[in-house]
Amino acid sequence: MSTDRRDDGGRRLKRILQYGVLGVLTLLFVSPLLYMLSTAFKTTGDAASPDPQWIPENPTTNAFTTILDNEGTPVVRWLVNSLLAAGLQSLLIVATASLAAYALARLDFPGKKVVFGVIISTLFIPPVILLIPNYLITSRLGWLDTLAAVVVPGAAGAFGVFFLRQFFLGLPAELEEAAALDGAGRLRTFLTVVLPLSRPALVTLGMLSFLTNWNDFLWPVYVLFSPESQTLPAGLATLQNANAVRYYLLMAGAVIASVPVLVLYAAAQRYVVEGVSRAGLKG
Amino acid sequence: VTTTRAEQAAAAEAAVGGGTPPGPGARRRSDARDAYLFLLPYLVLFAGFVVAPFLYGVWISLHEYDFSLPDKPWVGLDNYVGLLDGSSPYFDTFWQSMQATWIFTILSVPLLLVLPLLVALVMNEKFRGRNVFRAMYFAPYVLGVAVVAVLWRYLLDNNIGLINHYLGVLGLPSDTAWLTSLPWAWISLVGVTVWWTLGFNAVIYLAALGEIPGDLYEAARMDGASAWQRFRNVTLPGLRPVLLFVTSVTIIASVNMFGQSFLMTQGGPGTETRTAIYQIADTGLTNFSSGASAAMSMIFSFFLMLVSLVVFFLFRERRTEGGPR
Repeated sequence: MSTDRRDDGGRRLKRILQYGVLGVLTLLFVSPLLYMLSTAFKTTGDAASPDPQWIPENPTTNAFTTILDNEGTPVVRWLVNSLLAAGLQSLLIVATASLAAYALARLDFPGKKVVFGVIISTLFIPPVILLIPNYLITSRLGWLDTLAAVVVPGAAGAFGVFFLRQFFLGLPAELEEAAALDGAGRLRTFLTVVLPLSRPALVTLGMLSFLTNWNDFLWPVYVLFSPESQTLPAGLATLQNANAVRYYLLMAGAVIASVPVLVLYAAAQRYVVEGVSRAGLKG
Repeated sequence: VTTTRAEQAAAAEAAVGGGTPPGPGARRRSDARDAYLFLLPYLVLFAGFVVAPFLYGVWISLHEYDFSLPDKPWVGLDNYVGLLDGSSPYFDTFWQSMQATWIFTILSVPLLLVLPLLVALVMNEKFRGRNVFRAMYFAPYVLGVAVVAVLWRYLLDNNIGLINHYLGVLGLPSDTAWLTSLPWAWISLVGVTVWWTLGFNAVIYLAALGEIPGDLYEAARMDGASAWQRFRNVTLPGLRPVLLFVTSVTIIASVNMFGQSFLMTQGGPGTETRTAIYQIADTGLTNFSSGASAAMSMIFSFFLMLVSLVVFFLFRERRTEGGPR
């Protein structure tokens, strides 16, 4: 950032130190992933060898075929289920929360304070309180072991409403008033004026919701049990239980779970990281 | 399904109501109607999966509520009392799991606040490859807890894991049981959690550092402030609002730790690393003692809310001391 060049030697030293730290960190973050990749292509014996092989001596795709041929471990299905669950839930959150937040930010109606107060107060309820009752409710709705169980209940949290309301309050009202004078209804104003202006906030909320669902472990482990309905976290737990120390299988499963995600992430990296980084600034 | 139908209803309503030029009274009335329609889809979700389960949870905790039994007798506060005075069969396991939760929280939160900040400070400059590094440190979070835990269980294996191998190469003990003995199981769980989520906090810090105006640093430098003084008097105050956010999010995440322990140590050795969430889920969803489990979640939440209050007021106090903003 600074432009003064009082001390070129010091600056160079600082830069070397900086790249040194970044280099060590990179090694810490990348090498475990490379080792996972390597083990996925090892034979049973090589994967259990105490001498680490960074490059498999007898490369084989045996682990992948074993997993993919096993009906009990449909890893690709798990991946699709996870993407669907996280994608649908974040869409549901963005859609319902933006509508509700807009009403709370811009419209006057009897009971507004009460509604807002009740919604906000639930931000302070630790979600574990809802775990057992939500399980029973999900069960009564007949949603156990279905996609609905990992999409709908988790979309009810108040964070999205709170977050978007803050954002809408910061938008200038003139544009909406102009649209209303042109005869646009509320919904049209909302869809054609407010939402386009709110893209950064919607992306942030969508990304946070996606990542939260993607990383959720407890709920899917208990509400999804048959192999074809499981999401990745639940499925990998099953895979691990069945194969305790058959690490070549576990690593192959982890690789199948990771590679598509990392490719997607590499492509959308800017949106993901920037979406998350804005959460702190607005919060 | 309910929400899309409700949205369609809202759309239809708005399309019909949109044409007439509204007077002030009509405007307010249509405001109210629109507001309720806009709120409806969310409120359906909110009522069904937040308000109802909350009340239902209180109700369950007052019953001997076994999912698999036909009779669910009212027991008043017995579930709570039993967990407090030792008469519940879950007394020992519950309080041990509470202790495990605090151990993990106290060990992990400081590291998760400080290490990402250091990483963010190192990266808070324009240099080549900055975004690549940032994306790389964030990557484990994208992989998810299951991949991360399965991977590290392999690396930490006492016989064939990389960690013990390289410790041996360095001439250190190479037979540590990282996941099945104490304190190593805690150290592993905390270390893996840091590896998994460091990037998340770092990215948030980094964005906040970018918002601190450069001329504040310039001015401090003119005044002869040392690097530490600049950090103390410019960086930290600039980070304060974000620190509250990062601290709360990190505490909540640590207190709710479950996946790492479930996948890496299975709560062991014994039940030493079985956290409160783990215990609550196991009691309610595996043993189907929903009443006891619901009471546990209330007691747990009581403590969690106390902690949140303390954090909140700590930051508020400092903010008023600090003067403007």
